[in-house]
Amino acid sequence: MRVPLSWLRDFAPFEGDPAVLAATLDDLGLVVEGVEAVGEGLADVVVARVDKVTGIEGADRIRRVVVDSGNGPVEVVCGASNFDVGDLVALAPVGAVLPGGFEISRRKMKGVVSNGMLCSGRELRLSDDHEGILRLNDVEGAGVGCALTTALGIEPDVVFDVAVEANRPDAWCIAGVARDLAARLGLPFAIPETAALGHLGGPNPGGTAVPGAPIETVASVRVDDPELCPRFTARVLTGVVVSDSPPWLARRLTLAGMRPINNVVDASNYVMLELGQPTHPYDLDRLAGHGLVIRRAGPGELVTTLDGVARTLARPGPGLGDTGQDCLICDAEGEPVAIGGVMGGTSSEIDTSTSRVLLEAAYFVPMAVARTSKRLNLRTEASARFERGCDPAGIDRSAERFCQLLTRTGGASLQVATGVIDIVGDVPGAVEMNVRPSRINALLGTEFTAGGIAELLTPLGIEATPSSEDADSTLRVTVPTYRPDIRPFPMGEADIAEEVARTYGFARLPRRMPAWPQPGRLTDRQRDRRLLKDVLCGLGATEAWTTAFVSESDQVDAGFDPPYVEVANPLVEAERFLRSSMAPGLMRAVLYNTERRQGDVRLFEVGTVFQLPEGPAVDPEGGPLANTSECLSAVFAWDGDDAWTAVAAWRTIAEALGLAEWAMWDHTRVGRTSRVLHDYRSASLVSIVTEPGGDAGASVHPTFVGVLGELDPYLVGRFGLLNPDGRPRRVGWLDLDIGVLLDRRRVPRRPEESRPISRFPSSDIDLAFSVKDSIPAGAVERTLRTSGGDLLESVELFDVYRGPSVGEGGRSLAFRLRFCALDRTLTDDEIGGLRSSCIRAVEQAHQAVLR
Amino acid sequence: MSDALDIDALVDEARSYIEAAQSTEEIRQMTANVSGKKSPIAEAHRALGGLDPEERKELGRRLHGARTTIEELIERRRAEITFEELTREMAGARIDLTEFIPGAIVAPPARGHLHLVSQTRDALEDVFVGMGFEVAEGPEIETDWFNFGALNIPPAHPARGMWDTFYLNLGSPESTLLRTHTSPVQIHLMEDAVVNGGLPIHAVMPGRCYRRDTPDARHLPVFHQIEGLVVDRGITFADLAGTIEVFTTAYFGPDIHSRLRPAYFPFTEPSAEFEVTCTICHGEGCRTCSMTGWIELGGCGMVDPAVFDAVGIDTDEWTGFAFGFGIDRCAQMRHQIADMRALIENDIRFLRQF
Ligand SMILES: [Zn+2]
Repeated sequence: MRVPLSWLRDFAPFEGDPAVLAATLDDLGLVVEGVEAVGEGLADVVVARVDKVTGIEGADRIRRVVVDSGNGPVEVVCGASNFDVGDLVALAPVGAVLPGGFEISRRKMKGVVSNGMLCSGRELRLSDDHEGILRLNDVEGAGVGCALTTALGIEPDVVFDVAVEANRPDAWCIAGVARDLAARLGLPFAIPETAALGHLGGPNPGGTAVPGAPIETVASVRVDDPELCPRFTARVLTGVVVSDSPPWLARRLTLAGMRPINNVVDASNYVMLELGQPTHPYDLDRLAGHGLVIRRAGPGELVTTLDGVARTLARPGPGLGDTGQDCLICDAEGEPVAIGGVMGGTSSEIDTSTSRVLLEAAYFVPMAVARTSKRLNLRTEASARFERGCDPAGIDRSAERFCQLLTRTGGASLQVATGVIDIVGDVPGAVEMNVRPSRINALLGTEFTAGGIAELLTPLGIEATPSSEDADSTLRVTVPTYRPDIRPFPMGEADIAEEVARTYGFARLPRRMPAWPQPGRLTDRQRDRRLLKDVLCGLGATEAWTTAFVSESDQVDAGFDPPYVEVANPLVEAERFLRSSMAPGLMRAVLYNTERRQGDVRLFEVGTVFQLPEGPAVDPEGGPLANTSECLSAVFAWDGDDAWTAVAAWRTIAEALGLAEWAMWDHTRVGRTSRVLHDYRSASLVSIVTEPGGDAGASVHPTFVGVLGELDPYLVGRFGLLNPDGRPRRVGWLDLDIGVLLDRRRVPRRPEESRPISRFPSSDIDLAFSVKDSIPAGAVERTLRTSGGDLLESVELFDVYRGPSVGEGGRSLAFRLRFCALDRTLTDDEIGGLRSSCIRAVEQAHQAVLR
Repeated sequence: MSDALDIDALVDEARSYIEAAQSTEEIRQMTANVSGKKSPIAEAHRALGGLDPEERKELGRRLHGARTTIEELIERRRAEITFEELTREMAGARIDLTEFIPGAIVAPPARGHLHLVSQTRDALEDVFVGMGFEVAEGPEIETDWFNFGALNIPPAHPARGMWDTFYLNLGSPESTLLRTHTSPVQIHLMEDAVVNGGLPIHAVMPGRCYRRDTPDARHLPVFHQIEGLVVDRGITFADLAGTIEVFTTAYFGPDIHSRLRPAYFPFTEPSAEFEVTCTICHGEGCRTCSMTGWIELGGCGMVDPAVFDAVGIDTDEWTGFAFGFGIDRCAQMRHQIADMRALIENDIRFLRQF
């Protein structure tokens, strides 16, 4: 909201440095987003009379103009053509500096010397008008040679651009800003009952309306739906001459950021800017039946609003609780002429033929206006104010203000009809409550007395009376209706605390560092997550952050069938799904780097993936309706990376976390229950699972932790990751559900107790078996581990051999077993026994043959 | 020389060759025969020169069409064969990933880097843990109740305009959404505390949030916030201001301070915006801070009684404060990142700087 300082001064005597005032507004929560000095640089501009206009040879766009500003003829060259001999214009002579720092110098155009410039409204920053130069013929007091500022009654001014919070409808007007500012500065604040605007001039400076006919004889109003429109008032003005507003009024509107239209519409806008109450003027003679009916729109009813758009009303909207209630203003025959609180219609618009004006000043229910405005996607100055809550008690003052303004600008024969149509239903009244100073102090950490609090509240118009002389006596507080943000007791105490703090000044409130006995800490999962990321970094992987919004083809490529979690209002239509896997995002990140000749990367991401639950949807109030899981996904795309890189990464992670037991299973065996990438086509992809518990009989199921392997080359190709020979690059892939992985109950860690280390020498046995390809090496290793028993210290695969001596469909796996006892050196016999039992176990379990 | 039939026959012949190809090598050879320099179609093109202009134009157009068709057929077949070959290779290359020989993998050539946002989040968490806060997290998909309703933002509340929300097609319209802030975690924490006797609460809540903002230098539709909540006996606005100040100096440095000014958030009352000394000019005033010496960082306030009411906490016994700000914004301020979009480009040159 643009707030001219001169307008603020109508309400309180603000003085001093505008920068200080701006800082004070900031400190009140009326944040100043910009301060603009206007009307400066006009000091040198004078009123001049055009005495002669002649063409210039060889130029059809510019003319030679001789003007007189009281010091004899001055010759200038001018490109505008909207003036003639005898007109009064604004002359910036040589040496003048215009707003924005533009200095006028002597120039030569087409051989003609120009000794100044005739200015347009925009060049003087007085208006947006740049069609032609400013003409001052109609300006009272504009005489040849007088300063432009004097002629127009313009003082240099300052405009604050103030951001008003959504809960402060009262501050969304000049008077409201002035009230807060005056309260802080301790200045007297008053809304003038009759205009103190006499100094600004006008045809009817006193603003005294000539009383006209009784209003009942000229217009009628009926409210059929007081629930949507609890108060509706109407006033009628007759004999109105629609014309341009006088310069002082137009200038105020312009400074406040509104374009002047005509004196009737301008008066309505002026009142809204000044007092915060939107009003709406109708051409009474264009209202069928010379009256209004306020009713609820019927389902599907059509209305054409002022912006020329036909709108369908009373259709339930998508928002929660929007049942599609719209308030319609209709003429006396029931034809819609406006959407209540939102926008007027074209049929009763004010134009130059208007002579009788019916002014609406009403209170519409905020929630209903908000819903209508949202559903129709139609936000107006009026709807924005009504939905925040206008002052139902401020209606009369605003309507009177309108009449007063129009009386002064609407022609000499204007009359205001006697009386007011006022249909009042259930409007919000003033909130009254008891406020405990102890509560205010408990919230603010202060030691205000009841009297101190009252002193801070009173200037805001909030009546506060201590019930006794005691410092902590309860205050009787009456909140004016223009402050709908202040609730009744008990919540209202917090609202009052804010007002006390605001007027006192947040910066003056005490500060202290609180202390409590509970220690701060990270959870196990948070610490482990940091560890995981650290391990990945150690493996040369860099953390990426990829988008959660993906396309359908991304989802399909990642191995997920529809349906997916879908965004109702996506930013990009194609990317309307929430990712079920981070693979597409990471692939794209690799591609991004590849295209910049830095494709040798390993990337990982920790983030949320989304899937629809398989069962029926649960109650929306019961909790989120989609399955989300936190995953760690990594792509290994260094030159030479492949599935083995992912295996190494997983083994490092398992070691870092200290997992008790885990295994890699052929991926296909996990079936549909596996969460991720279960049908990723892949050269090699396995699932990582915990091992079922050891106790025979106890049915402990393996827990699925994630998958690893190599990304499907077909998919890699689709993302454009190709080697120079055109074949897809090999990319290792690791995807872990860290919600599961880091859950110590589901994925056990090694026990905390230490194991003693033997002081006796250990013995190694190397065993090589011929094993079919269908038997995983991991299974053989597990058998060895089991049969080696407590004396087995470690077992490690150290050689894999495929060749003629092993035969087709098999390979030789060579393991090194290290045995050791805590209390003795193992004898050769003992070693021999262990060796035989290990061999026997493997041969029996895996149809293997010792080589 | 040629009439319409000849060209169609040309295409048909090429088609039969193309479909007969069984390997990428065969495709390569066959391509030369059906569309290379000595192919029938190339010869027909050369023969065009001898025709009169009208005829040449018409025939040239049709020959061009035929060539396009043939090239498309080749590309389609090439894709099919590549896929078949890959599938065959994959079946053959199915390897036993438990055949892992420790030590066979070479060490990575360089250490990777944590994303700047993660580093910032960790650093912020560490500061708050040091100040006695726990770290809590919550879901990114929320219902209207957790994201808005319980936070004193009922449907059609004008304040909803402060958050441009992504809604999900789940349940009734606009009932489920991507959280627009981390504040719903407050509700989860307080509801849990009421049920499980977990009061007091001293927690910070970092996490990813979503707003329907078109990405630009200062906004991303997906971003990170950290939220703080203290619910305890005797907690006042002074504690809030003190906590913000201690955090500010601890995180940004001893000469960076904080100040509060009134603001509006539906879930706090009184509410404040907090600003910190401009880290560029250290309060002298510069372009970054619009000559004010201060940079706006986040919002805070005393937990609104309506929020306590929604979760069932007795406001006579407990008071509390909450605050929240952008993690990405902290990173941007501290590292002077001109354009936020650098954070989601994943350019390795950017990521390796931190
Ligand atoms: Zn600065």
